[in-house]
Amino acid sequence: MEYLKAFLVGGAICAVGQVLIDYTKLTPARILVSFVCAGVVLGGLGLYQPLIDFAGAGATVPLTGFGALLAKGTLEAIREDGLLGVISGGIGAAGAGLGAAILFGLMTALIFKPGDKM
Amino acid sequence: MKKIPPKDYQNMVESASPPTKSYKTIPCAFLVGGAICLLGQFIQNIYLHAGLERDLAAASTSVTLVFLSALLTGLQIYDKIAKFAGAGTLVPITGFANAVVSPALEFKSEGLILGLGAKLFTIAGPVIVYGSATAFVYGLILYLFRLY
Repeated sequence: MEYLKAFLVGGAICAVGQVLIDYTKLTPARILVSFVCAGVVLGGLGLYQPLIDFAGAGATVPLTGFGALLAKGTLEAIREDGLLGVISGGIGAAGAGLGAAILFGLMTALIFKPGDKM
Repeated sequence: MKKIPPKDYQNMVESASPPTKSYKTIPCAFLVGGAICLLGQFIQNIYLHAGLERDLAAASTSVTLVFLSALLTGLQIYDKIAKFAGAGTLVPITGFANAVVSPALEFKSEGLILGLGAKLFTIAGPVIVYGSATAFVYGLILYLFRLY
């Protein structure tokens, strides 16, 4: 059941992205940025956590989940560090995802050869 | 050569480009995106089963998916899936990883510093900038109005 929920909710969030690609002039890069920012806003308003509770990875794997994580990290950092947390919270929460993207990105780019442009 | 006004040119482009087949693209995005999240749920359950706390399991899942996506991008498999999956491969965190790796790999020939190193942030850069700026505004509101 939890797999079905993850599939359906995750698929639906991606379908929203596809609608934006098909019917607006948003480029993929803009969609990535907007989904993260939308996730911060939804997370900040407390609307995203219920979706995570319901769908698990279906809500955390899409980039809106990454955004919600930034909001959550900001809240926690402010509770711990006060004003400093306003600045450090978002970046801190993004650490694992960003660190992984940078590290594995570097390794991949070093090891593999660029392919033919498609 | 005759100049074409920009507006006419745009109309020509629009009439020449194939119509978007939304009845195909949206279900594809739904299925592939859903499948990636399903895989994420599977990985997360493995971490939960191994005794990780929920938040840590979710973060570890993201790291694992980013790794898999980087690998598949290097093997040129991810872009093949992305061709028909559209937003299905873009919106999950694997799409972010793909967008980080692809330009870095492509511009490797321009050197390790300003080629690979700089292009690694082509997408990561804007995402960090606008993501953390939004989080900053949210944090500032929390702090000023004592909502924490």
